[in-house]
Amino acid sequence: MSSITQFGNRLYTGETSLNFIGRRTLWYIISAVAIALAVGVTVLRGGFSFGIEFRGGSEFQISNPAQVDTSIATETVNTEIGDGAASRVTIVGGNSVRVQTDQLTTEENDALRVKLADAYKVDVNSVTASFIGASWGTDITSQALRALAIFVALVSVVMALYFRTWKMSVAAIVAMIHDLVLTAAVYGAFGLEVTPAAVIGLLTILGYSLYDTVVVFDKVRENTSVAYDESKRTFADSVNLAVNQTLVRSINTSIVAILPVAAILFIGSMLLGAGTLRDIALSLFVGIISGAYSTMFIAAPLYAQLREGESESKKQGRPEKVEIVRNSSGAVR
Amino acid sequence: MSTQSTARRAVRAITWLLIITASLVALIGGGVIWDKQSWTPKLALDLEGGTEIILAPQIQEGTQLTEDQLAQAVGIIRQRVDSAGVSESEVATQGGTNIVVSIPGTPDQATLDRIRSSAKLEFRAVLLTDAVASLEAVGGTATGTDATPAPTVTPWPAPTASPTDGSDTNWIDDTIYQSYLKSTCDELDAAGANVADPTKPLIVCSDDGLYKYVLGPVEVDGSMIANAQGNYLYGSNGVQTNEWGVYLTFNGEGTKAFSTVTQRLSVLTGARNQFAIVLDGRVISAPRTLAAIADGKPVISGSFTETSAKSLSDQLKFGALPIGFEVQSSDTVTPTLGVAQLQSGLIAGAIGLLLVIIYSIVQYRALALVTISSLLVAFGFTYLVITYLSAANGYRLSLAGVAGLIVAIGITADSFIVYFERVRDELREGRTLASAVESGWARAVRTIVVSDTVNLLAAVVLFVLAVGNVRGFAFTLGVTTVVDLLVVVLFTHPLLQLLARTRFFASGHPWSGLNPKSLGAVYRGRAKFVVDSTVTGAELGKVSKEARKRQTIAERRAADNGGES
Repeated sequence: MSSITQFGNRLYTGETSLNFIGRRTLWYIISAVAIALAVGVTVLRGGFSFGIEFRGGSEFQISNPAQVDTSIATETVNTEIGDGAASRVTIVGGNSVRVQTDQLTTEENDALRVKLADAYKVDVNSVTASFIGASWGTDITSQALRALAIFVALVSVVMALYFRTWKMSVAAIVAMIHDLVLTAAVYGAFGLEVTPAAVIGLLTILGYSLYDTVVVFDKVRENTSVAYDESKRTFADSVNLAVNQTLVRSINTSIVAILPVAAILFIGSMLLGAGTLRDIALSLFVGIISGAYSTMFIAAPLYAQLREGESESKKQGRPEKVEIVRNSSGAVR
Repeated sequence: MSTQSTARRAVRAITWLLIITASLVALIGGGVIWDKQSWTPKLALDLEGGTEIILAPQIQEGTQLTEDQLAQAVGIIRQRVDSAGVSESEVATQGGTNIVVSIPGTPDQATLDRIRSSAKLEFRAVLLTDAVASLEAVGGTATGTDATPAPTVTPWPAPTASPTDGSDTNWIDDTIYQSYLKSTCDELDAAGANVADPTKPLIVCSDDGLYKYVLGPVEVDGSMIANAQGNYLYGSNGVQTNEWGVYLTFNGEGTKAFSTVTQRLSVLTGARNQFAIVLDGRVISAPRTLAAIADGKPVISGSFTETSAKSLSDQLKFGALPIGFEVQSSDTVTPTLGVAQLQSGLIAGAIGLLLVIIYSIVQYRALALVTISSLLVAFGFTYLVITYLSAANGYRLSLAGVAGLIVAIGITADSFIVYFERVRDELREGRTLASAVESGWARAVRTIVVSDTVNLLAAVVLFVLAVGNVRGFAFTLGVTTVVDLLVVVLFTHPLLQLLARTRFFASGHPWSGLNPKSLGAVYRGRAKFVVDSTVTGAELGKVSKEARKRQTIAERRAADNGGES
């Protein structure tokens, strides 16, 4: 058996125990510093760099031209539309040229498309032309934000009902927001272009982050409920044991979730260059790593902390005065 | 006995899965045979190539677009696209306000114009009109540094009474008059001549920008047109001219209204004898009204060409849009790029799948076979569901959707991991494999259900509320979440139940991935693994009591049968 299984065994029995709950201040500080750093750099860079979908403009992509040369595009645009109109000309995926200009009229858009096809000696059908009003990206984002708010409200209720305590909801949501903020800030800090696809990726993180947390919290709930009332463990210890016991599972699920995302990220950037695939995968990649971290290091300690003020028995879900009689021959039915 | 029934249940579950799969195949097959559907899902424009135009409504601030208006607009645009002879195009609403038109291939300019133009037609009586040039001499230009100093203008006398009909000059007050004198055509367009209130007077320019008008409220509009046809105009002598015009036929209501207005206008003189035809916020023609038209069949002239006359008549026939629309984005994807995107998506998916398979083999040894076969079943099942929905509901798979499918590989495999790790936990507690599978399942299934619920909730909320690409992604994510649940219940668990009965797994072969020894359980021979073992009794009691607490009666029976045999 692999060593990770052995590790899992020791974690399960409590032989090896990582102190997730006790050292929470350290984890909080690490997260706070990471977020502050990313947000700080974002601010220093002058905020997010938004994709054309948010700025508005026209975009052309020439697939498989005879010559992959950006200067041809710049020249064509300058003669056709006027100097400086071609704000960005980039080579994507090694075999196509992408041209982004200011917002053109429909006629200019169509004319430029034909001219670009001529200049690159390709059929006009090999040139994609997009025209994006400035409100498009904003629309998609405001809808997304509304969806986000409604989702958070609904999922808090679902989790509070399932776990029968709103404190788990709060801890899970805080961890989720941590992941969203961190991922968004990473985008800002590295100056990555924010596109609607990146927003999609960001939205998927919320589902994934909670998924991860729910799996661990389910074990936490089990360890801290009536069945464990014999144990001498404190509530915090029980939570810590749960996180340790599910550590191998968390690592495995996170790795398995991130492998396909990494594949998209790799293929998306190598073959297609910037585009839907890469943008979705990139934000997911950051988000899943952050999600795995936040479940263990933010959500679980926060939950334990939220319940700190309560009495030991109440936290462990025991009826306060009733003593459960047991004998050594088995469980009480 | 009880293991026999476990096996029977497992077989029954797998049979169910086969039945559901067979029905899906039959449904799709039926579509293929009778409905010319295909065995592959339809692809969206970004994978197939084509043009997507997103139209945003132009509505006045503070007003709301009603669902009826939007549905009506979608219907009209669909007819227009179809009349242009474009097959397989799709018109849909998006996010409650926008309209998305998807056209395969690259449509020609005429088709695009036909879709884009809102064709909002209004007939309004003319109150005042003059050439823009002569108005500038009176009012001066409104803006710019080289504006001629405005000469003193006699203010328009305040209205003496409320207007009685559409030709009443009491509609004009000084504000309107000043604006009529000073506003440029661009300013008037920007002020929203196309979205103007039909019950109020309107200041507007002619199509060529040479004349300005003050018009009364709308008397007849495009919705009252029953038919329209583009044809040559005939001169007063009955000879066909070179000019094109649009021949209208009003419905009953339109005929009556048109007759009343023309009756009234025909006796007026000067500008007020003119009847302005306003199309999309510009006057295309303002003919003098020579006689009352009682048959409801006027002809519109104006500098039409054959194409523009036919295009306008089509638009009028199918109805003017209840609201004006502007092109918010227009996106053309070449088929080459579409194929490239699809290929990259498929390659990424294959690599992702391979990586997950390798990782599970490393982690779970022979148990990985269960993961791999479950993933393949889930993949096949998802493919069938998407193909079926594509044929039945017109769903189209987009690049974002493909990304959703790939991401789902990981999330689906996660369920298996949650399950396997649970079974391992139970083995560590000292259970036999058959018993560990049952009690591990009883716990894992709750975790899987609640975490899948969270995922599904995210997918549904995004699908309902979000627009565009987000929907395509949310859709596949939602489908795969449901498929995941189905496969785990009807395939993975039954398969593991059956495997737990084989010697290889039950004896805890080191390569089975479920070897109690390496999982830390102390092996004491088969007999000691039962519940009454003194060492593990208390521990087991705790666990089973906890599990029991949350089980349904059916699950409890299942656990009793499997766990304590």
